[in-house]
Amino acid sequence: MYPAPPVGDVALEDFERFAIDRLRVLKGIEDAKSRGKKGDQLQGAVKDLTDKHLAAATGKRKADTWKDQVSHFVLRLAYCRTAELRRWFLQWESELFRWRFARQLSDDQAHFMRVHGLPYIEIDQAEFRELKDQLRTVQLSMGNKAVADEINKAANYTFYKVPFEQVPDLVASRRVLLKRGWAYVAKHDVPSLVVGHFRANLSKGLVETARKWASQIAHEEEDRLTPIVESLSIRYLGPDYGDAAQQGKRGEVSAGQIPSLVKSFPLCMANLYDHLHTDNHLRHGGRMQFGLFLKGIGLPMDEALKFFRAEFAPKMASDKFEREHAYSVRYNYGKEGKRQDWTPYSCIKIISQTPGVGDYHGCPYKTMDAPSLDAALRRLRIDPKKITEAVGKAKGGHFQLACASAWAGAHACSCDTGINHPNQYYDESRKVLDPTPTADAAANGTPAAGKGAPPMTPATEVKPAARSLLQAAAANNAPGSAPPRLQPY
Amino acid sequence: MTAEDAGPAAKRARTDDAAEVADAPMPDAAPDAASEGEDFAKYTVTELMKLYYSRLFPHQDFAKWLAYGNDSKHAQADSQYFQRREFCFTLEGDIFVRYQSFKDGDELQAALVRRLPAKIDIGPVYNVDPQRRAAVAGGERAFAPVERELVFDIDMTDYDSVRTCGKEGHICHLCWPLMAVAIKILDEGLREDFGFNHLLWVFSGRRGIHCWVCDDRARQLTDEQRSSIATYFAVYKGEEKGLAKLALSYIHHPAVQRALEALNETWIETILPNQELLENEGNWEAVLAYIPDEDVRDTLRSRWQAGRVLKMADDSINVARWHDLVAEVDKAAHKEKDLKRKGALSRCKDEVVFAYTYPRLDMEVSKKMNHLLKAPFCIHPKTGKVCVPIHPERAFDFDPDTVPTVAQLLTELDSNNGKSSMDDAVEVFHEAFLDKLQLASRETLAAKARSAAAKPTLAW
Repeated sequence: MYPAPPVGDVALEDFERFAIDRLRVLKGIEDAKSRGKKGDQLQGAVKDLTDKHLAAATGKRKADTWKDQVSHFVLRLAYCRTAELRRWFLQWESELFRWRFARQLSDDQAHFMRVHGLPYIEIDQAEFRELKDQLRTVQLSMGNKAVADEINKAANYTFYKVPFEQVPDLVASRRVLLKRGWAYVAKHDVPSLVVGHFRANLSKGLVETARKWASQIAHEEEDRLTPIVESLSIRYLGPDYGDAAQQGKRGEVSAGQIPSLVKSFPLCMANLYDHLHTDNHLRHGGRMQFGLFLKGIGLPMDEALKFFRAEFAPKMASDKFEREHAYSVRYNYGKEGKRQDWTPYSCIKIISQTPGVGDYHGCPYKTMDAPSLDAALRRLRIDPKKITEAVGKAKGGHFQLACASAWAGAHACSCDTGINHPNQYYDESRKVLDPTPTADAAANGTPAAGKGAPPMTPATEVKPAARSLLQAAAANNAPGSAPPRLQPY
Repeated sequence: MTAEDAGPAAKRARTDDAAEVADAPMPDAAPDAASEGEDFAKYTVTELMKLYYSRLFPHQDFAKWLAYGNDSKHAQADSQYFQRREFCFTLEGDIFVRYQSFKDGDELQAALVRRLPAKIDIGPVYNVDPQRRAAVAGGERAFAPVERELVFDIDMTDYDSVRTCGKEGHICHLCWPLMAVAIKILDEGLREDFGFNHLLWVFSGRRGIHCWVCDDRARQLTDEQRSSIATYFAVYKGEEKGLAKLALSYIHHPAVQRALEALNETWIETILPNQELLENEGNWEAVLAYIPDEDVRDTLRSRWQAGRVLKMADDSINVARWHDLVAEVDKAAHKEKDLKRKGALSRCKDEVVFAYTYPRLDMEVSKKMNHLLKAPFCIHPKTGKVCVPIHPERAFDFDPDTVPTVAQLLTELDSNNGKSSMDDAVEVFHEAFLDKLQLASRETLAAKARSAAAKPTLAW
């Protein structure tokens, strides 16, 4: 539950190494989940990851706990600073906790709940009898026939009664019976209950840490921990296409060039471009998805305004555009509203959207039926063999693999890296179609036309800049002087 | 990520600062004092707003609601509570003026009369007066929403693929039952499953409805909890490949089963005949698409084309064909040996009903504490209609066509000695919502007082 940070001295290098190891675990869980692992498979993956990265070298339990605690709190510091980072950390820490908790024996679970004072009311016989049929129906609705039978036979099956606020995940997936604000949680769903608690505490803790970080720590530790902590937080997702340095890595793109670049767009974007061009309109979801993608390929704001204005023009007067749509273009570039520099959507985000009637955003491999998908891919002049392959994969629910097939069909070579971001699709395509290395790309160490070279820096690689900062910090910390101490923040 | 994340030094968007926007000038033609028997219909909605805000808008009741008892002299009342609530005005030309706040109902009314907003939105209650957000220690980062009603928004346009009476802005007595049944299902679910008691249902002025869940417990929900409630109700998940995507299991969750029973009734009684969903080939093909068996589809199609369906005396042709469809599907399901196909067949009837009638929520509105939502008693700028409260128990009797317009109200006001249909709307507001809410707010304050008295104190 990590109520308070451990007290003791941590060597500066452990401070960073532990944190990176934990990041490997969290990132590993995210990968496993995005590849569709579930249940026992996911449990196994989490176990392997924790055994590999979170066990301290010595293999002693006390050392394990120490590493677990230290790494958790270092990452809390690193991931407290923005809502985006907090959300990511919260999600995957909770997931890690869930699987570790579920692995414990039920006695240990009960012990854990007692120690942390989680007061759950077990329902009594009378209430159980009264709700029995409905409790059974809930289990049946989830396909838990075994549990339903057990409820039917048993005079009592342990159910806990908790305020619905404590189990948002069970509520959202309708895995509990709800009555006047109480959620009836079956004993096998107790991990969710405990995770809910864990999550709520961690969430509160992160906000608290963020406040302290901004007002105090960041400044005090300016020369020592701050650079480490800041560099830790940028290592979680591979390249960030929202990063200004990444945008237009291959040079800026102007509005006029867009039509000639469509051949490098993935289907989701080519499709949006098509609709925009023929209908002279795109609804909100489409404008966001497409507009941010264009920003990611290096279209500056002024050019984006020019582009959208021209595309809307046949049906919309310029002043109406200024009034109704220019705002959202400027918003995408962080010039309006929240003033956040929005990041182009990744495949995961796009796939998770459910476009409504008249919307064209989302992932076409998911939203289109086979004939329309086939026709759409034909319009992109993709090798027919690859079209069949892509349609087949889309049918099987492997949307990103389908997209990779389409990429291969459009470029007559295979894409070794897989597709996980529309901007990555584009970048890979440009490397093949326009292999002129720009000075920037060379400086970044990205081989512009390197066949099969991984386009991404491994997410957990220590960046040279961070390392030298670390060394600098360590140098200040001459042997004999006190190593950094973790304070209970 | 919320609006307050913008750096304090950053110049706010043009829309933010009240002081930058001049007061709305009165149009020359505006009627300021209505003379006897004047025909208000000849004025535009904007021109009538000044009279509406000064003579009809129920600012006192409105403020009573949003004060939640904190406007009383009770020792536990937080007199700053109402002041910390954000209002957003939409002025002519779509200029949003965010972060407005007021001391009480009178101050709110004065601002309304002065600015004449085309639309009023209600935002969250913040930790500090939103007008003074820049002065908070720690800058705008420390400025955060702390409380907000749980809200739902259902818009008729999301039903365009399943209604035949009209599209987009259209709404009439033929499609209204879709809204009425949505009210019934959400109202029951929110009360029985979540234990909420204070629900305010409002006609959104044109083509939809809003719901404000105002219990203490609802106002304190985190974004994650809001999202979980919205997802709990989201059986309809959008459309894919021309068919509705539904989150249904083989055996329904008790809440889904309860919804189905309500839907089945409305389906047969109103929606199926009103919308003529099995009247002609174009319409019935869309329904048949949900049946996972080619033979069943063909049988029904040919029978219906030949006009060979027995019609009971008082059933419409649509209902008769529906019974025919149910019988045919059941027969096929009975014969089917393959368990999976059998399951799919017996489920498809429910799927049709859910696809055509289950509430289609605008999820984003419900998920976030700081989402703005149009206030009740606003005037819709295009229709001139008042956003009147709806009594959930009489939702099926509600007729969107007879909702009073601002012009009509002002005419009534003149000819009936200060009485108008607004009185009825305010009465519904009291009866369905405000009176019980005020009792509960008093009880909350009393409970606070009891727990404060029980606490050990440092004052000897």
